[in-house]
Amino acid sequence: MNDKTAFVYGDSLLDYHFHENHPFNQQRVLLAKELLEETGSLINEDIIAPRKATEEELYFFHDPAYVDAVKKAGSNQLAHTKGLEFGLGTEDTPSFPQMHDAASWLVGGTLTAVDAVMQNQSDNAIHLGGGLHHGFMRKASGFCIYNDAAVAIKYIRQKYQARVLYIDTDAHHGDGVQWAFYDDPNVCTLSIHETGRYLFPGTGNVHERGIKSGHGYAFNIPIDAFTEDESFLHVYESAFKRIAAFFKPDLIITQNGADAHAYDPLTHLCLSMNSFERIPLLAHTLAHEYCDGKWVALGGGGYDMWRVAPRAWSQVWNVMKRGNPAYGSIPKKWLLKWQSESPVRLPEDWRDNIADFPNIPRKEAIQEKNEQFLHKALKYI
Amino acid sequence: MLVEEIMKTNVITLSPESTILEALKRVQNDQVNHFPIIDENKQIVGIVSDRDVRDVSPSILNKNPSNDYLNQTVSTIMTKSVMTVHPFDFVEEIARIFYEKRFSSLPVIQNNKFVGLITDNDMLFTLIQLTGTHVQSSHIEVKVPHKPGILPEVANVFGKHKINIDSLLVYPYNDDPNYKILVFRVQTMNPMPIIQDLRDSGYDLMWPNNIQGPKQ
Repeated sequence: MNDKTAFVYGDSLLDYHFHENHPFNQQRVLLAKELLEETGSLINEDIIAPRKATEEELYFFHDPAYVDAVKKAGSNQLAHTKGLEFGLGTEDTPSFPQMHDAASWLVGGTLTAVDAVMQNQSDNAIHLGGGLHHGFMRKASGFCIYNDAAVAIKYIRQKYQARVLYIDTDAHHGDGVQWAFYDDPNVCTLSIHETGRYLFPGTGNVHERGIKSGHGYAFNIPIDAFTEDESFLHVYESAFKRIAAFFKPDLIITQNGADAHAYDPLTHLCLSMNSFERIPLLAHTLAHEYCDGKWVALGGGGYDMWRVAPRAWSQVWNVMKRGNPAYGSIPKKWLLKWQSESPVRLPEDWRDNIADFPNIPRKEAIQEKNEQFLHKALKYI
Repeated sequence: MLVEEIMKTNVITLSPESTILEALKRVQNDQVNHFPIIDENKQIVGIVSDRDVRDVSPSILNKNPSNDYLNQTVSTIMTKSVMTVHPFDFVEEIARIFYEKRFSSLPVIQNNKFVGLITDNDMLFTLIQLTGTHVQSSHIEVKVPHKPGILPEVANVFGKHKINIDSLLVYPYNDDPNYKILVFRVQTMNPMPIIQDLRDSGYDLMWPNNIQGPKQ
């Protein structure tokens, strides 16, 4: 299965930068891109430049008053207390110069990917700068200013009338996207995330299923802290297959946050690279089964920017383009170039050495609980 | 928090002369669970629950039901001695009444007039709000010795990192009177600096932050 694939990339996405010590760092996208170029799997012809989303496009989802506040915050014209009303100027989403432009480029990148796929220039497309799923209609939160996926899906509904299946495997609940389409039966959302019992944002309970005519089109599977590959993959593969068969989408959008990995500093999940190989594999298969291959992949969380995000995201591309993940050694040149900047030792293999991982107590209890939530989530379809 | 902040004021009430049939229709169509029975002076004279109404309704399995009973007035089936509360009562105290008496609703009375209704469901919802689980937050539990001054000490760590606390619960540590668990819900997606700081300061963190593994 060789697809025509598009990799949306422009240096503009690196401008989305809060400050030096902020955990959200878009340099990960550059690291992934260079890793792919070094392996030869990404070539210049694959890359398409993002466009910048217009304000009118942002209004598909965001409130004009909020967009206005973001513009002012980026040029220091917004009072601190006024900013807090919109979630701006907090520890999570501090203001930075030109933040409106930087965030608009991210949304535009996702729209570029969507257009490439919907206009059949590409079978599938990836925009690793996107996936900012915590952005709300009039509020920034959880490192996200504008919600590119929510804007893009509203745009798809209006421009292409396609039915969209949104799959979110970020360790945090995809709340912004879920609430945006909570009453819409043409957009189905599935979020698999660490239980909100401890982790931000706290929502994503299995009982959140949508409202009004959208009832039954939102799915949530909260999984326990310290969930490992086997249990995660069972939940992910069972749920994705069943929901795709139930919803029969025209397009699949995946949010490929990489923060469920054991090395991630912000979450308590314990996945290895094995999961990040199989996450895109199933998306690829189901996109061909139901959507004529139409699949748009986005980035998202992933706060171990050196050891995890570059490899995890590269595998999404490898699967998109070749139908298979990469195995074996990481190119020496890439390691040499970046090791001096990395505070941790870079991985030399595409896979993790499971022996480095902690032995998880209560493993069986965790599996059993996840299994129960899987059944609860799917019991009406 | 006061009762007037959470009571419902838009309540379907009946007069003592209303028929049981009318109540039954309301139960079926409007999903009403409790009818305060109010006289012409807005004074409460009784209360009727959906179960009282169903108790006198014919069985759904009875193919030829007689509707005679249903034309009687609700005054024949209402509970006349009604426990009531005042708008200025504390929600926490009312919760006790719900728990101890197993009522499912309480009429709210001011100046001898019916002004609202509070149900066990409203009560539960309010308690959920009080735990803070309804807003975006991260959750950190710290086990501390039960002694004066410990709370500001721990809270100071959050202040130092300029992290806003959404809600805070203090609850017992199993049956050990020497310890308490402090449950912080904080407005951040990145609790790591706080967790690290709490660890460095020697506080005991609870699951899942008590396991470090490869996560530094």
